[in-house]
Amino acid sequence: MSKVYETVIGLEVHVELATKTKIFCGCSTEFGGAPNTHTCPVCTGMPGSLPVLNKGVVEKAIAVGLATNCTITQNCKFDRKNYFYPDNPQNYQISQLYYPICRNGKVEIEVNGQKKEIGIHEIHMEEDAGKLVHDACDGASLVDYNRSGVPLIEIVSEPDMRSAEEVIAYLDKLRLIIQYLGASDCKLNEGSMRADVNLSVCEVGAKEFGTRTEMKNLNSFKAIARAIENERERQIALIEDGKEVVQETRRWDDTKGYSYAMRSKEDAQDYRYFPDPDLVSIQISDAWIEEIRGKQPELRAEKQARYKEEYDIPEYDIDILTSSKKMADLFEETIALGAAPKKVSNWLMVETMRLLKEHEMEADELAFSATNLAKLIQLVESKAINGTVAKEVFEKVFAEDIDPEKYVEEHGLKTVNDEGALRKVVEEVIAANPQSVADYRNGKEKAIGFLVGQTMKAMKGKADPGSVNQMLKELL
Amino acid sequence: MTIADETIDYIGILAKLELSDEEKEQAKKDMSTMLEYVSKLNELDTEGVDPMSHTFDVHNVFREDIVTNGDDRANMILNAPESKDGCYKVPKTFG
Ligand SMILES: [Zn+2]
Repeated sequence: MSKVYETVIGLEVHVELATKTKIFCGCSTEFGGAPNTHTCPVCTGMPGSLPVLNKGVVEKAIAVGLATNCTITQNCKFDRKNYFYPDNPQNYQISQLYYPICRNGKVEIEVNGQKKEIGIHEIHMEEDAGKLVHDACDGASLVDYNRSGVPLIEIVSEPDMRSAEEVIAYLDKLRLIIQYLGASDCKLNEGSMRADVNLSVCEVGAKEFGTRTEMKNLNSFKAIARAIENERERQIALIEDGKEVVQETRRWDDTKGYSYAMRSKEDAQDYRYFPDPDLVSIQISDAWIEEIRGKQPELRAEKQARYKEEYDIPEYDIDILTSSKKMADLFEETIALGAAPKKVSNWLMVETMRLLKEHEMEADELAFSATNLAKLIQLVESKAINGTVAKEVFEKVFAEDIDPEKYVEEHGLKTVNDEGALRKVVEEVIAANPQSVADYRNGKEKAIGFLVGQTMKAMKGKADPGSVNQMLKELL
Repeated sequence: MTIADETIDYIGILAKLELSDEEKEQAKKDMSTMLEYVSKLNELDTEGVDPMSHTFDVHNVFREDIVTNGDDRANMILNAPESKDGCYKVPKTFG
């Protein structure tokens, strides 16, 4: 009989904080600037330059710590982690080893209706590295330091997860908490949230965990799930063959579907951490913590409870509407513009979700404005356009954030409310379809549907189906 | 205070230095002198003294989160030994 193995997983999650400036200098953190246009002597490690800590980084780190039930380290410090690599211009990264800002937290996850707590060992603040681009033509590497010094927090979990589903539920939970706090946009595909997976396997009931490996370069939930499955199988195969799992860092190649060791054992990492003498300690008073706690925005659970009470919409809908901060913001902003909550919810739940799926997009990527959704809803409510036209117009709103009023005007999509014109068309349809007319008169109620369809077609879709139905019944 | 050969070799690897035999001997002597000098501190009684990481008793030196630096690439890139396309050019490096 084959042995039964358990997978033990812990996560190191890096999150880029949404501050305007870098952690130790006044350079912009804005994404997408031309190479090295957001740099200065501090973030390029020039000798003699001195770091000065961005207060916003400390406040955001504390906010995340409080929302994940951590204890705040009221006297915390920065340390230097020493290593050589061209993306690290100082030859050390300023990080926190001895006194990380948050410790001993936990979040609750739910998988298949089972609730479980995942412990957070610590959260520390650190700086991001620059970016290396390989120059194929002359065998050199080119370095862009725009990302160098961008503030990160690293959230280190306890090894409390046992499956890919739990890992994804945990990441999703962190993502929502941090997005709702406004501390980061947490986009895995853009690198503002990165997860390294520490994984080991052991026989069920074993007293000790097996040797673990660390997996890097996981850029989507799908990649994470695949990498976990693959690494579990790889380690089990080694153990079954009587071989040993080597403690190492591995890099996941998602297109090829396998991982490879990044560093050999001989190349042992010795970071020689020591307190950074250029930075003084951070004393976090009770008053400061309470001030940040007081400013904490409404988190998901609170929002869910409020939606239920204020808007009277089903729990399932509330779950989806609050599953992304972006979606929840759109929902609330559209209502604030005067649209009925149920109508807004309906557009988001049905058409928006359909188009997201069709374009393989995440809700965080929604790019249309509440103003244009509100206008569209108003057009439908005032019967200026019918449901079919509205769906067409919404596709344009979704894709290009067009102004629906203008669009409907310019493309002549308004419903014809001219009763005389409608009556004329209905009369023509009745005259042209004697069989359906006879069927209807003989009690076949359904026949009227065909006649409505013919009328709508003749009107090029620009009629209100309700009015057509009424007119038909009247004339028959 | 003697420094073992393995220690010098290891430090050489960490510092990415290739040392000749003579240089290793010289480094052993230099490091030994430095360690002896610093070891004077071990004679002090530090019972009940909190570890400190900074010589000044200051804390909470912050800047507000406001952008103060603009694009100074033309000047910054002058610090690079070589540059190309607005980037620092370095020997080919793999992650
Ligand atoms: Zn800078």
